[in-house]
Amino acid sequence: MEDQKYSSGQLYALVALRLLVGWHFLYEGVVKLYNPSWTAKGYLLSASILKPFFGWLASGSMASVVDVLNIGALVIVGISLLIGFKTKWASVIGIGLLALYYLAHPAFPGLPQGPSEGSYWIVNKNLIEIAALWVIMLFPTAWAFGIENLLTKKTQVSN
Amino acid sequence: MTNDNDNFMKWSRRDMLRGLAGIPILGSVWFAGARVTGNAKRERQLLLETLNIKASPPPPTGPMSGDPLRIGIIGFGIRGEQLCRALGYATTDWLKNMKEASEKNPNDNRLKDFLAQENLNIKINAVCDIFDFRAQRVVESFTSDDNKVKRFLTYKELIHSKEVDAIVIATPDHWHAPIALEAIAAGVHVYIEKPMTHNVSETYTLREALKANPKVVFQLGHQHRQTQSFLTAQDIIAKKVLGHVSLITTNTNRNDDNGAWQYEIHPDASPKTIDWNQFIGNAPMTEFNLEHFFRWRKWWVYGSGLSGDLLSHDYDRLNCVLKMGIPDSAMTSGGIYTHRDGRNVPDVLQVNMEYKDFSTGSSQQEGKEKGMTFVYSATLGNQFERPTYLMGHDGTMELSNSVTVYADARSSKYADLIKEKRIDASEPIYVYDPALNQTDAVTSATAKYFADKGLLYTYRDGKRVDPTFLHMREWLSCIRNGGSPSCGIKEGFEEAISSHMAGLSYKIGRRIQWDRETEKIITLPGEDLDAILTDTKPRV
Repeated sequence: MEDQKYSSGQLYALVALRLLVGWHFLYEGVVKLYNPSWTAKGYLLSASILKPFFGWLASGSMASVVDVLNIGALVIVGISLLIGFKTKWASVIGIGLLALYYLAHPAFPGLPQGPSEGSYWIVNKNLIEIAALWVIMLFPTAWAFGIENLLTKKTQVSN
Repeated sequence: MTNDNDNFMKWSRRDMLRGLAGIPILGSVWFAGARVTGNAKRERQLLLETLNIKASPPPPTGPMSGDPLRIGIIGFGIRGEQLCRALGYATTDWLKNMKEASEKNPNDNRLKDFLAQENLNIKINAVCDIFDFRAQRVVESFTSDDNKVKRFLTYKELIHSKEVDAIVIATPDHWHAPIALEAIAAGVHVYIEKPMTHNVSETYTLREALKANPKVVFQLGHQHRQTQSFLTAQDIIAKKVLGHVSLITTNTNRNDDNGAWQYEIHPDASPKTIDWNQFIGNAPMTEFNLEHFFRWRKWWVYGSGLSGDLLSHDYDRLNCVLKMGIPDSAMTSGGIYTHRDGRNVPDVLQVNMEYKDFSTGSSQQEGKEKGMTFVYSATLGNQFERPTYLMGHDGTMELSNSVTVYADARSSKYADLIKEKRIDASEPIYVYDPALNQTDAVTSATAKYFADKGLLYTYRDGKRVDPTFLHMREWLSCIRNGGSPSCGIKEGFEEAISSHMAGLSYKIGRRIQWDRETEKIITLPGEDLDAILTDTKPRV
């Protein structure tokens, strides 16, 4: 049984991590969803490295697609982590999204930091959240806390 | 064999809790996000409806159809070349340089913007520049199969050649009015660079000449009148968003050689390639001097210093928003503090202009508020950016290429909204930025200064457009389709007199007053204002 791999303390900690990251993703997604004038254009155009790539993402026709995809991904990852369904896939998408955020404005020495509430050198909060999603991806908890718990049960009973 | 119902029955309450506990969290987070955003949006909407500011562009100018207009360029220096580009004519070397620049930096859109510019259906078919190299550049670059560009050695020959319908004047300041007067008398349309005139009396002569020749379409080159943010600013004033504006502060901040008029001296320049006598014109004769020729803005005899050169821009962009006209008085101080290189125009200048009867409207009891001071503060020794502020009893407007409005914490108009915490005086209540989400590859500090002043670029439907192009297009449209340009002789007269009052106060050291009744600058016995302003001998 999978649930025997973790001590209950470990399980609580992993579930808490998953819920917190899910909460953060969902809230970011919903706020953008309900704000029609929001766009990632400014963030992309001010990218400090890989300017041609991010500039292309911000260009005319691409920009609105990128905005929809971004909001969609944030909301889907958030819901998935909160309700505990397909969390592995959600983690991969989340890592991809955060990697793009990080690469547009990496906390590299010598690059402009832009407005931020802390001080960072190489490691910033995007990178830490990537690591958190990595943990969530490798240590699934949805079978213990989440919709997958019910589905697993069903499979077990069916068998 | 089991069915789904059996499975369901197998789930304990504990299973259900562990399976579905995430859903209420999801609901709460979603609700919180939607509510916070929705509330903010509603408040914003309410505020925008209260302010009722329209950020609409002006109606487009008329069609450019018909026979191509024939245009002569007089003066092909730095500005002349820019004006020709706005008309759709770029030199061969500029095109080559821009191609290289855009290959090096894909964000450099100067060539792309130029090529995307609308064809104005004109021909630059005549040039007069008294430096051979410059005149030759025009002839070589602008001549094509259907356009043979002719060089004229004097402006008079060009104007009377019957080969031009209109001229563009981009000469040193002391030549502005004489050339314009010649053209107006000949019925040739005029686009003239700022300041409109070099001295006081020319300003009146020019106004009279245009009155006598009403068919001539005259546009003064204050292109920021086309900047969309200024049109929005006009609406903000019209809607009395700021209440009574008692103080305007506007500034020039530059700290580079180019910004201090220390232009390059061309290696081909010599008495052989420059018609020195013609350059001197009405200025006192001196020996051939390359610095005077290329850096004429540094001397009063040819240029107008900060008051005519740059205050004129700031004055006109505020005059276009407020229509405040000529001040009752101007008081100026300053000096040469950062470029002690032989120039005699100041490089630090502070001008205070008083408008004792002016008001932008009042939200308090009648008669309490009236009058305004316009402060122009300039230095060519520091480029820390100081925005333009219009300071009213109810609000403050920050004006550049964008417009930002703040409510004043002690405003009468917004007192209730501030009390209800629906307006926060430290946050803008209105922001208009046509450039939002656009990248600009602005090249130098001086270029950025101009861009922020709304002089380099403006936006139409989110597309970057050169306001000089729009300004010239408006002039051409008035020639073709009738109508009056936005910076005609009335605006030019106000710009020139106000700038000259500031310059005279600097030179004389006293407050210079304007008599509204007689439309004259108040003069003391024996004072020759023109001679004082332009460092020339008093006229008898």
